Order: sequence, then structure tokens, then C-alpha cells
Amino acid sequence: MRTLTYVQAIHEAHRQLLASDTRVFLIGQGLWSPWYAGGSLEDLDREFGRERVLDSPVSENAVTGMAVGAALAGMRPIVFHPRLDFLLLAMDPVVNQAANWSYLFAGQASVPLVIRAVINRGGEQGAQHSQALHAMFMHVPGLKTVMPATPADAKGLLLAAIEDPNPVLYIDDRWLYSQIGPVPEEAYRTPIGEGAIRRTGGDVTIVGISWMAAQSLQAADELAAQGIEAEVIDLRSLKPWDQSRVLESARKTRRLIVADPGWRTAGAAAEIAATIAAEAFHDLDAPVERVTLPDTPAPTSRAEEQAYYPGPEAIVEAAWRILGRRAGVAA
Amino acid sequence: MGRWKTMLRIRRAEEAIAGMLEKGEVRCPCHLSIGQEAIAAGVCAALGSGDTIWGGHRSHGHYLARGGSLEGLFAEVLGKTTGCAGGRGGSMHLIALQRGIPGTVPIVAGTVPLAAGAALAYKLRGEARVAVAFFGDGALEEGSVHETLNLAALYGLPLIFVCENNLYSSHLHWTDRRVADNLDQAGTFHSVPGERVDGNDVEGVYDAAREAVARARSGGGPSFLECRTFRWRGHVGASTDEDVGVRRRGELAAWLEHDPIRRAEDQLRGMNLAPHRAAVDEEIGRALDAARSGDAPDAHRVREHVCAR
Repeated sequence: MRTLTYVQAIHEAHRQLLASDTRVFLIGQGLWSPWYAGGSLEDLDREFGRERVLDSPVSENAVTGMAVGAALAGMRPIVFHPRLDFLLLAMDPVVNQAANWSYLFAGQASVPLVIRAVINRGGEQGAQHSQALHAMFMHVPGLKTVMPATPADAKGLLLAAIEDPNPVLYIDDRWLYSQIGPVPEEAYRTPIGEGAIRRTGGDVTIVGISWMAAQSLQAADELAAQGIEAEVIDLRSLKPWDQSRVLESARKTRRLIVADPGWRTAGAAAEIAATIAAEAFHDLDAPVERVTLPDTPAPTSRAEEQAYYPGPEAIVEAAWRILGRRAGVAA
Repeated sequence: MGRWKTMLRIRRAEEAIAGMLEKGEVRCPCHLSIGQEAIAAGVCAALGSGDTIWGGHRSHGHYLARGGSLEGLFAEVLGKTTGCAGGRGGSMHLIALQRGIPGTVPIVAGTVPLAAGAALAYKLRGEARVAVAFFGDGALEEGSVHETLNLAALYGLPLIFVCENNLYSSHLHWTDRRVADNLDQAGTFHSVPGERVDGNDVEGVYDAAREAVARARSGGGPSFLECRTFRWRGHVGASTDEDVGVRRRGELAAWLEHDPIRRAEDQLRGMNLAPHRAAVDEEIGRALDAARSGDAPDAHRVREHVCAR
């Protein structure tokens, strides 16, 4: 099959949506810039016109609210936030308005909106340009949240999100943009709410989210070299998340690690760990391990960044802990 | 005559709701617009059937002026499944899709950007429709309104900003919130033309709205109307809020002399209004009876409609 990078897959998904559905339009910051969106939206304004690809002023609240209103008026907008951090300025239209609309009016109307926001970790960008805030949104009823980790899902989840009658937060990570993988040329959908088993194994289950799904596969390779077979699940959707697939795997391997690119306290990993512990307590041989960011804002300098962001080695260490063996044999 | 009757219907409906609030029959927070009826009646009379209105916490009047059903309103504030939002929303969440009301919500200024988004949708599709954002003077203290003014001008949106300036944001008089009495100029910096209108003169509101609607519909872009008025009742509930300060007591007495309904009646002198008044009262009575006989939702419904399918 043809291969694309993750960023090419995002770009292709936008192109196919704009070409096939006149209800789709894009609005947000950086849409007319060749580099602002990391190449993920390059030249779409030239191909589809600047009426449908609106590079907006820096007014996150009103721009996101406009996207909500346009969705209620029959459009299928994609509102773009080049940093997930910037979405915080638009919490009212996302949390109070879009997420509540269906419930408030007993299902008479809903908001078919895609909110796309980018995590831009590292690069010495610091605490306001790099945050992974997905857990905040996972908390909100009525809002779906997806985080693709592969090129195929980067495309398939965007296409699924636009067809969903509900608001869907689509979070991509710039660190994944150069990942290469097979991507079908035609339009297809990755079902929202389904995780994917990326590697099978019987010793430990690693649930990876977004960038940490890629790290989990690397960790599994290292573990395999040491005789440990890990099963890796790429969660793909955070809300709803694939409880049955994670539960089944955890029951099989009896050990679960959740690798989450966000903070520890009240994070996505905490929710998954609590759910699996409650559902499968007697099937587990060890407490659930979490690999997360520490509960600190993002530092800026490279030296501190290296200590801040966990990589595959942190997952390998968690595997040794959960297997009750001494760390240090690894790596 | 039609606009007078719309105002009367709003007044009588809200008086009925005030009565139900006082008796404890209605429990949800209700923000009454008694005294402000001319703005809803005047603006909505200037709209066509394809246009949409976007409101806030004080939107009974907008809903009724646009043709929302009385029974749907009463049943909604009573929490019945026959309410306009199925009894899910209460007073602050009114909807009437067939009447161009996609939903009202109480976050101050919450629907102002949404109205702009609807206007953008109409523009993108080449439809000659307009959107109206109703909001109070307090909303001008929210940043999103200023963001939306700029975006509406930038994109040339068919949008009318209707500021119902009743001088109070909850209990706070405008002088406790602003230095200058200049809300009519709120759009000027963003190139949105503004006008100050006597919000208790239904014909004046109607004329100003007609002009703004015509401009928006013909591609002339957004307008801002500051409609000066006063709410007779308190911020929320049936009381008159005279406990919030001496100023309000004096103001209320003065504004009662500017009753928009009585002013409209002065212009209709010579016509026999009694049968119309009786018809409105009868309509209200019938709607109340019907609303009271509606069913309360089954408790098991509580988890339904979180997501649309």
C-alpha cells in the first residue's frame, strides 16, 4: 500500500473533505501560512479558496463560537488551533456550548463540529506552547476526543470526526508528523471509540496514547530483546475509549501499563487505571503502572526538557516494576 | 397592532410565570423581560421566516416574538416533556427550530459568536438570511463580543447585534461598570455602524431593525443597535430588585411612566383593543392549562441525549 507521513495524511484528509462536502470549511489561525500549521494545511486556501479556508484573527473564543454557530446552521466546520494551549481561550464555546447543546435541548439539535488542536511538545517552546491538555476535555460529557498516533488514523479519524453529529476534539502531535505508514488513497473512517492492538504479547499490556503509543512500540521492541512480550494497544480515542479491548488484554496479560503524554494527576492514565482496576482487580497480578509527565509545567531549556518528557525507557522501567523484577537489567 | 399584541402576549405570559414563581410552582431560575417587550417585538417583526435569532438568559420575549408557542414556554419552565426543550432546558434554554431559534443559553454573550457563525454559514451558502444576536448591556463587558464585532465586520456578515441596554447587569448599575454612557459606539472601532434607539418605542425599534436587516440581507454587513430600556422586575425571579439600592427604586418609578405597551396603545387610540386583550388572556389561560397537564420526564431519561446519534 502507498505510504504517507502523518502530516501528509492529515493534509490529504482535509483535501478530500473540502473536495467532497460543500458543508466543510476551515477556520482558525495560520491557515494561509505555508508553515504555521506544520505543513498540514499547506495551500488548501489556494485550492479551495479563502472563503472556505479562513485564516482568522487571533480571537480564539469568538472564532470557535462562530464554528459552533455555523455547525448549528448546517455546516461541518473544522476550527483549527495551532497549539492546544490556545484552545483554553475558547473553553466557553467548546465546553458550555458545543458539548451541552444536544443534552440541553433533548436531542433536537447537536453541534457537528471538529475542533482540531495541535500538541507541540518540546523544541524549547515552554509552558504555553506545548501542553497536552486532552484530559481536561475528556472530562466533559457530550464532547468526543480522538488522538491519532499513525498516519492511517490521522486520516481516518478526521474523516470519522467530520461525519459525527457531535463535537469532536481532534488532537494531533507535531512530534508524530514525520511518522511514515500505509494510508489508503480512498476516503475511509477509523471508528471513534475503537482502540487498535499494534502488537500482541502475553506478558504485559501497554496502552499508549498519541505520541506515547509510538513510544510504547519502541519499548516493546526493547522488552522483546530481553524476553518480555508486551501487547501494545494504541488507544486512538480518549472519549469514548475502548474499555472492552483494554479490559480483555489486561485480563489476558494480568498486567497493565498506561503511557499517557499528559500530566499524572486526574489524567487520562488515571481514568483508565481506575476503570481497569475496578473492573478487573482480581485478574491483575500487580497494580496498574502509569507513565506520564510529572505534575509540573513544561520547562524550556533542552536539558530540562530531556528530564521532563518520558521516552521508551520509562515504559521499559515500568514494565520491570510491574513484572516484579529489578530494573537496571534492561537497556 | 401586531407588534402591540406581541408585546402584550409577552407581558401577560411573563406575569403568569412571575405568579408561578411566587407560588413555587415554577422552580427554575427565570429572568423576566417585563418592561423591555418592545425590543423583542420590534426586531422580530422586521425578520423573515428564514432568519435566526440567538438569545440569552432573558429570552422569553424573543422566543414569543418569533412565534414560539406559549404552551412550549410554560411547559418548559414547569419542566414538562411537552416543553419546547422537552423539559430539559428550563427558562434559560429555549428552542424553536421551526421559528429560527436554534437555542438560547445563559452564559453572558455566549450566543453572540454563535450568531456570527450562523451568519457566516448563510454567507458561505449564498443565502439571503440574517442572524440576530440579542444580548444585554452586561455582555459588552465580555471580550468575545468585541472579537465578534471585528470578525463580523471583517467577513461582512449578515448579522445584527441587538444590545438591550436595561442599565443593569444583575444588580450592578452601568455607572458601577463603565465610565462613559457610549454603548452605541461599541462597534465603531470595529467598523460596525451603531445606532441608539429608544427601546421602549416599538415602532422606532422596528424601523431601525428593518434598516439593519435590509443592509445585512443585501450584503451590506453587520449593524449594532443599542436599545435603551429598563426591566421592571429584578435580575432573576418575580421581585422588582428594589433592595439593590435607592437609585433603582427611583429609576423604576420613572421608567414605569414609559411603559412600551401603553405607548403603543396611545398610537392605536380609537381602535377597540378590548377584544384583543381578551383573546390574549384566553390564549394564555389555555396554554397554561395545557402546560400544567403535561407529563414530567421519566427519571430514567436523565442519561439520554448526551450525544446525538
